[in-house]
Amino acid sequence: MNAQLAQFLLSGLTIGAIYALVALGFAIIYNASHVINFAQGEFVMIGGMATVAFAGAGLPLALAIPAAVLGAVAVGLALEKFAVEPARGASVVTLIIITIGASILLRGLATLVWDKKLHALQPFSGNQPIELAGATILPQSLWVLGVSLAVLLLLGLFFSRTLTGKAMLATSHNPLAAQLCGINVRFVLLLSFGLSAALGAIAGILIAPITLTSWDVGVMLGLKGFAAAILGGLGSGAGAVVGGLALGIVESLGAGYLSSAYKDAIAFVIILAVLFFMPSGLFGKKSAERV
Amino acid sequence: MALRTLLASALLALFAPLALLTLPAAAQEPIRIGAFLAVTGPAAFLGDPEQKTLELYVEKLNAAGGLLGRKLQLVSYDSGGDAEKARTFAKRLIEQDKVDVIVGGSTTGETMAVVPLVEAAGMPFISLAGAVVIIEPVKKWVFKTPHTDRMACERIFLDMRARNLERVGLISGAGGFDKSMRAECLKVAPNYKIQIVADEAYGGGDTDMTAQLTKIKNTAGLQAVLNAGFGQGPAIVTKNFRQLAIGVPLYQSHGVASKEFIKLAGEAAEGVRLPAAALLVAETLPDSDPQKKVVVGYSREYTARFKTDVSTFGGHAYDGLMLAAEAMRRAGSTNKEAVRSALESIRGYVGTGGVVNMSAQDHMGLDVSAFRMLEVSKGSWVLVK
Repeated sequence: MNAQLAQFLLSGLTIGAIYALVALGFAIIYNASHVINFAQGEFVMIGGMATVAFAGAGLPLALAIPAAVLGAVAVGLALEKFAVEPARGASVVTLIIITIGASILLRGLATLVWDKKLHALQPFSGNQPIELAGATILPQSLWVLGVSLAVLLLLGLFFSRTLTGKAMLATSHNPLAAQLCGINVRFVLLLSFGLSAALGAIAGILIAPITLTSWDVGVMLGLKGFAAAILGGLGSGAGAVVGGLALGIVESLGAGYLSSAYKDAIAFVIILAVLFFMPSGLFGKKSAERV
Repeated sequence: MALRTLLASALLALFAPLALLTLPAAAQEPIRIGAFLAVTGPAAFLGDPEQKTLELYVEKLNAAGGLLGRKLQLVSYDSGGDAEKARTFAKRLIEQDKVDVIVGGSTTGETMAVVPLVEAAGMPFISLAGAVVIIEPVKKWVFKTPHTDRMACERIFLDMRARNLERVGLISGAGGFDKSMRAECLKVAPNYKIQIVADEAYGGGDTDMTAQLTKIKNTAGLQAVLNAGFGQGPAIVTKNFRQLAIGVPLYQSHGVASKEFIKLAGEAAEGVRLPAAALLVAETLPDSDPQKKVVVGYSREYTARFKTDVSTFGGHAYDGLMLAAEAMRRAGSTNKEAVRSALESIRGYVGTGGVVNMSAQDHMGLDVSAFRMLEVSKGSWVLVK
């Protein structure tokens, strides 16, 4: 019975780490602009699909992966530059709708540039399952957990040790004050899209060998990441990570012990419950509208 | 201007009857084959090869002199997989195009939407869709060529019995195909003394089935696992299955019987068994196999023309067209009732789907032997002896 629990936890942690990366992408853009970027899932898709395409063209994985991440970053920057920035003065709701439009456009482009088929990516280091406390885990899951952890540490260092990182934090707290201190707020916004795109792409690449990838893989992963971000509290880095892992584990346990048919519903029940009972999530700041 | 139109129509009115009188004598009316197929849309992977096959073989039949001394003409519409559109097009085929037979209906939804129309009009209709409901109960004017999911279950259970496997864990997706096959398998399992000891499900976009499979793995006395599924689900199930090192045989359905599945599941697919039409292993069939000639012929013809792999779906369209042609040849006319009863009397027709023995009670005419049991070995299909 314990082996079964261990298996559920390991599966949940793996997929939860991916949700956490996607949720972090939501958090970074939300902090910089208060926009919820619904094209976040598409960055995940671009990461996976571009890696498959580059690897298919003969590039080794070690080159295909950075190339795909760069490609996603370019798309993220372009999205900010050509869609979000021109509408700078518009309300947040308008900007959110722009990102929804962008996500539909990106999905459509993906079906044109690539195709509508499913694709499998080679695992980074073999397919031999590893036994752990009676449960089994794929080497790729270790990659997912390891790389996610490394990314988290790097992000932590970036935000606490570098001037640019601190400038981003300052902007998230108070854009006007930050601007008065000489921080280029527009650059921060651009940077946040680039960073989020990179995070999404990394998540998409890490998970592709386990779950396959296709042009519409971003829809579900994006929504799950969004649920994780809401659970953790929108805009909170720690919240995104905890929310992602918690969502992954709850899903896995729910599918294992309750009914597997409602696995996807769990994420959405969580969104509803959080919004009803604790709108600021686990780690979010209590927000109050000033009249 | 008005005067000129008037004159023109007067002239037309004068000469039109003449034209009508002379035409039939000059060239006989072609035999019209009607079709409505999901050439685009979500079911395009069905309709596209079906359309290509019909075009190719109508052309080939014409090159060989046509039927009953008349040429064939294909009248085909793209239903996009939409039942509502299918109905509209079927109405047009019957009332305006006055076709002699309809071969089409890529999906069960389209087919069932059209059934009342063809029944009322008395139009021989050969469907290319899978579900049992199309021919059960028997409908006077409706026939079909593809195997049913019930037969797939039966073929799998036969193979399990042969390997002394009785206690089976079932895992299926949320799609229509998955659900229908799950229900059929549950229904016929007792006939083969198969016990379904676990019954798990996963969602359409689900990316990880280890939780469901862990539950199945821990079911006492598990001897085999069957995945009734379609699309990406089965590939992920196969990968997760190997990851969890579940030491029993894994069976997939005919829904993933394509090279695509092997590509997606990779090494994990090794040893997976599934039922499929002979078409998939055309070149490796023994020469003594009655279907060898037909499936190799169709497969070579299709690949040479369209430069893509054959799919069983195109094969269903081939069988549909050939059955219609055979029925007209036997009936010696295109009289609808004569064609219908000729269709019903076809025995021993060898098609890509199997050997067809129609009867008044069976408008599909295939039995379990139409399915071959295949096993994945070294990245390819191998016939199980």
